Amino acid sequence: MPFDSRIPAGPIDKKWTERKAHMKLVNPANKRKYTVIVVGTGLAGGAAAATMGELGYNVLNFCFQDSPRRAHSIAAQGGINAAKDYQNDGDSVYRLFYDTIKGGDFRAREANVYRLAEVSANIIDQCAAQGVPFGREYGGYLGNRSFGGAQVSRTFYARGQTGQQLLLGAYQSLQNQVAAGTVKQFPRTEMLDLVLIDGRARGIVTRDLVSGEIKSYVADAVVLATGGYVNVFYLSTNAKGSNGTAIWRAHRKGAYFANPCYTQIHPTCIPQSGDYQSKLTLMSESLRNDGRVWVPKNKGDHRPPDQIPEGERDYYLERVYPSFGNLAPRDVSSRQAKYACDEGRGVGPGGFGVYLDFADPIKRLGKNVIAERYGNLFEMYERITGENPYQVPMRIYPAPHYSMGGLWVDYDLMSSIPGMFVGGEANFSDHGANRLGASALMQGLGDGYFVLPLTVGDYLASGGIAKADTSHAAFKDAEREAKGRLDKLLAAKGKRSVDSYWKELGKIMWNNCGMARSKETLTEALEQIPVLREDYLKNVKVVGGPSELNIELEKANRVADFFELAELLCYDALQRNESCGGHFRVEYQTADGEAQRNDAEYAFVSAWEWKGDGATPELHKEPLVFENIQLATRSYK
Amino acid sequence: MSDMKLTLDIWRQKDASDPGRFVRYQVTANEHMSFLEMLDVLNQDLIIKGEDPVAFDNDCREGICGMCGFVINGSPHGPVHGGTVCQLHMRVFKDGDNLRLEPWRAKAFPVIRDLVVNRAALDRIIQAGGFITARTGSAPDANSILVPKTNADLSMEAAACIGCGACVAVCPNASAALFTSAKVAHLGFLPQGQPERHTRVLKMAEQTAIEGFGHCTLMGECAEVCPGHVPLEVIPRMNRDYFKASIIVRDEKASAG
Repeated sequence: MPFDSRIPAGPIDKKWTERKAHMKLVNPANKRKYTVIVVGTGLAGGAAAATMGELGYNVLNFCFQDSPRRAHSIAAQGGINAAKDYQNDGDSVYRLFYDTIKGGDFRAREANVYRLAEVSANIIDQCAAQGVPFGREYGGYLGNRSFGGAQVSRTFYARGQTGQQLLLGAYQSLQNQVAAGTVKQFPRTEMLDLVLIDGRARGIVTRDLVSGEIKSYVADAVVLATGGYVNVFYLSTNAKGSNGTAIWRAHRKGAYFANPCYTQIHPTCIPQSGDYQSKLTLMSESLRNDGRVWVPKNKGDHRPPDQIPEGERDYYLERVYPSFGNLAPRDVSSRQAKYACDEGRGVGPGGFGVYLDFADPIKRLGKNVIAERYGNLFEMYERITGENPYQVPMRIYPAPHYSMGGLWVDYDLMSSIPGMFVGGEANFSDHGANRLGASALMQGLGDGYFVLPLTVGDYLASGGIAKADTSHAAFKDAEREAKGRLDKLLAAKGKRSVDSYWKELGKIMWNNCGMARSKETLTEALEQIPVLREDYLKNVKVVGGPSELNIELEKANRVADFFELAELLCYDALQRNESCGGHFRVEYQTADGEAQRNDAEYAFVSAWEWKGDGATPELHKEPLVFENIQLATRSYK
Repeated sequence: MSDMKLTLDIWRQKDASDPGRFVRYQVTANEHMSFLEMLDVLNQDLIIKGEDPVAFDNDCREGICGMCGFVINGSPHGPVHGGTVCQLHMRVFKDGDNLRLEPWRAKAFPVIRDLVVNRAALDRIIQAGGFITARTGSAPDANSILVPKTNADLSMEAAACIGCGACVAVCPNASAALFTSAKVAHLGFLPQGQPERHTRVLKMAEQTAIEGFGHCTLMGECAEVCPGHVPLEVIPRMNRDYFKASIIVRDEKASAG
């Protein structure tokens, strides 16, 4: 299947304007005759569903949580970027575009990223109008903070709860539309498959998580905004329910999967404390605005931090990256933490931790200022660890956090399946091989408020969508198949729990395809994963039945898909013989341990095509053309 | 790391039609686990024995999504107030403790299974008016709307509500006043929220009654247990808005003849 990114011609700063000017439109009175399914209610899905409802489309909106307000966007802490230049520090659309391309290690599509930078300012306007209580200066104007990978202050925030407030803004608009009758919401409902008729996406098969009923919904277009897949590592900062099933099922139906190996390991998370650990908690990157990262200079120095004199500490980020210091980007900071711990200089139980120390800023600014900036984060840290970060340095360690990879989409955010669009973290579009802090919220809302409502409309207005309903054989087949998968999991009646397999898969992925990857580790993982999956399908134990609230069954089905996704992730990591952003192949590094890209051979998007169970997926390449930014070695020194 | 043996009396209820009962379990935990990780350990044992695991809602496990929540020994989210049960750690308990776990109890929150309840009533209260109508695309430059820092801070304080329902669960009247007034205050403190201020409070208050939540008698237990630290003062603020709105709307109707 050939694929076309459909990037509009013309100069980069005119492409989106041009595209919008020539979109086909649906007459206002006809919009209600079109049904659009939106799966997911986070920033991308919630914003898209609400906005398409406002436009007059008939929207069906699904989420597995008990309310749309609980989508995992809610957990984002630090902030949202926008090229407002309210600080008069030299910011511009171009600079945000440049920082994002560079931050992504030159592996993102220029046109999409430029559009994102362009709409960023509208996002802040929209959110402020909705009543998002952004942090303000005394004059009543909006405040900003700094974030990693940028030298301007362009991050808008609502305490340490920015994701929560932005999501509630979208959620409230969504509820407004529910009341208006344009959006129908389906909470506690999980998508199990995508349905195609005549090669177009025409609906989904779902499971009602309370009654267990398998049911189909038909539409004229489908939007997936179902988030990322780093729970493939088991331990991550994602919510327990975050999963890859919707995008994986769409991939199996023909949607290309782009850059699956680009996963982000976030540098500042609370270290694991035991085998029972169920998730890892992020400590916002904004803490690095003031906190200083260090480890002891000497190996095996187990003294308490306050007894290690200044001269025997290594503030390694400030030492290695003097111009960005503690605000070096995530991939770079995580790798340096790993190096320090691998050298035996890690702190805390097991030596998998580094200090994030606030003693200096508290001395300089006073405890009150620090409390105002980070109070809720300090409180959260103390709840979890029992240690008071005002008195002892935080201990942090990197953890899987975000997937830059996702379903392949064209400029209009349409996948390789006509009529299926993908927004937010679920697509691959904007962050290349590494995402900068405070850019995920920007992308989710940009896609949801300002891109998808227009591009979906263009698709609908272009015509050619035949009438269909859920009695079509394609729906019945997909329902039968989905039910068959669940029945098989229930029938295995083996000896091991779903969690025990998921943890084992996660260990394989973390050890072989985590912060450092090599041909050997990836080859090993590709041998181990299919064996473990085989065993899983035969020997997993799922109690309870199909027609009830059955949390183990939900999980079992998601983990079955994670096994397949894990394999694709390793294939992708293995073929990419270079290091870039979050993808670090130990064979490809500079003398001082930095990522070594290979632009001559790997400046492309890997777009994988599913070839069937047991078959090797096929790699397609979308060349990345840089017309506005010169490829350069990324340096933060 | 010291192990602790706990006795748990957990509410088990297969579905809405099952009358439900407490069932006793023994579990060994350690002080570093979160409360939900302790339940994970119990559930892993139950699964291997072929018994149904205890169903409880949870998602982010960071205290922000609002999905988790049940009552431990009479207290929503457990004995440490001001956080969610996913943020509760076992170090606050001791070896030999006996804990009683039950779902939120309120007419408006029917039990779905075990510790899982249906909180869709809270969504419907927001649908009634908990929003600012601002169509995408119609917003002016964000800095053209000035918000005094004090208002922004007070608004944020109220907006921190996570919608978990603990306020309802702890209230002897099963009132949703703290939840509802938190949204009324969040939007009411902002200039953007003024045009719909009166209709908002009237419609939201009406919806809480339709859903079967009780009246507020300002006992204050809701604010005590609120994981979002929403202050009790939002309730009298809502009441003031409500009375003002009632009179304004009455006058408007009268003058319209």
